[in-house]
Amino acid sequence: MSLVTPDFGLLVWMTLIFGIVFFVLAKWGFPMITASVRERAERINASIKAAKEAEERLRNLADEQNALIEESRKEQARILKEAASSRDAILEQARVQAREEASRIMEQAKAQIATEKESALRDIRSEVAMISCDVAEKVLRKEFLQDDAKKEYVSRVVEEISSARADSLKN
Amino acid sequence: MKRLVGIFILIFLLPLCANAQGSEEFDMDSYLYGHVGDSYEWHITTINGRPVSIPLPVILFSRQGSGFHCFSSSRLEDGAEYEGFRIASGESPYSGKIVETAPDGTESRPWDISITKNVLGLIINSILLVVIVLLTARWYRRHDAREEAPQGGAGLMEMLVMMVEDDIIKECIGEDYKRYSPYLLTAFFFIFLSNLMGIVPFFPGGANITGNIAVTMVLALCTFVAVNVFGNKHYWKDILWPDVPTWLKFPVPLMPVIEIIGIFTKPFSLMIRLFANILAGHFMILGVVAVIFLTAELGPAMNTGLGAVAILLGVFMDCLELLVAYIQAYVFTMLSAVFIGLSRQKPETE
Repeated sequence: MSLVTPDFGLLVWMTLIFGIVFFVLAKWGFPMITASVRERAERINASIKAAKEAEERLRNLADEQNALIEESRKEQARILKEAASSRDAILEQARVQAREEASRIMEQAKAQIATEKESALRDIRSEVAMISCDVAEKVLRKEFLQDDAKKEYVSRVVEEISSARADSLKN
Repeated sequence: MKRLVGIFILIFLLPLCANAQGSEEFDMDSYLYGHVGDSYEWHITTINGRPVSIPLPVILFSRQGSGFHCFSSSRLEDGAEYEGFRIASGESPYSGKIVETAPDGTESRPWDISITKNVLGLIINSILLVVIVLLTARWYRRHDAREEAPQGGAGLMEMLVMMVEDDIIKECIGEDYKRYSPYLLTAFFFIFLSNLMGIVPFFPGGANITGNIAVTMVLALCTFVAVNVFGNKHYWKDILWPDVPTWLKFPVPLMPVIEIIGIFTKPFSLMIRLFANILAGHFMILGVVAVIFLTAELGPAMNTGLGAVAILLGVFMDCLELLVAYIQAYVFTMLSAVFIGLSRQKPETE
């Protein structure tokens, strides 16, 4: 029966020893451990929260970046378009200018051609005049040969003309 | 393979040892009770028929006026009498305990606070526990626990402590668990360590601490105090005037009486559960080992066969006891926490 009757001495010692153990562990043992672990748990939670926030911020940053890229792409497209249109305008202008220039040159050429033609005509006319004169001379000479007076007159006329011509040449 | 061979050699050597031991009659009763019970000296082994044991101090206060006595238990060996005290023999109601004999020949027990085997085991376990826990706590004092986690022994202790704290204490008590957590943690580790030390078959283990009813009684009383001294108003109202139909509590206070009995049966069940489980575990292991000695008379073949079975069974029982050591510590702590939690309940607001 001694197994189920609590022994007085053991009760006393157990109370004393367990009391001391409890006091020591409750003062310097377990609270230290549990408090430290709790602190760590809090810190881990805080860290996770911070990491989540950082991730969120990073994601926002990426969004911002994407928006920036999108914007710059638009800007690029706009600039390209502008450049194309200005190129077209310049080309158009150049074409107009060229056309004007060409027409001006054409005009000049025409004018020159006209003068050239005039002078050519004039030359031809004078040549024709000369030829006709020569022809006339020849015809006249033939007629004049038969008559000395006429011959004299002609030579005089010729002299006059040649002098006149020399004068005109001199002048 | 080498190990297996070793084990088989051991098993075949077994009958020789058993025969050497079993030359005298094997006394099952003294074998069983000697191992699970308390004694005034710590018996370690027997060499050549002579017991080798550690003598322990006997501390007595006589009830018959001879005052305070303190001497070594070796003076009481083999039923010797010293300063009027002797260890009572088998027929006495105080069998195995120190008694003093009155002049008229009647035996009586003095106030006996001797350092017995169990007390020494208790002291050893307590020192071990305090050292383990304080070493763990020292790690936290020396390190910044927010920056790093402990490894090795401190890590193991942290895991156990937080398991008890988070799974048992916080779950069962609720919001003001921090107040009770040191007690429940102490109880858990005290029981767990004592259970484990009880399984170790030689000094300094082997003392049957948690399988002793005085020890479990003190533990249960601590829970009783924690429950009833710090119980709130709602707890006492629930006991004395529970929410049941009036005829159950007036004029015959049926429910209050049941509840008041319940106050005492709860720690009582804690006490008996731990005590009985650990004691039964020790008995089973001892019984299995006893098979080896009991079969010594049946001849070497029988002894070897049954001895081998007994060893395998013993290994199994020891593993089972490791499990029980943990489970009983867990159960004691959890039920204590549940009882404390019940005493801290807030009235339901409807």
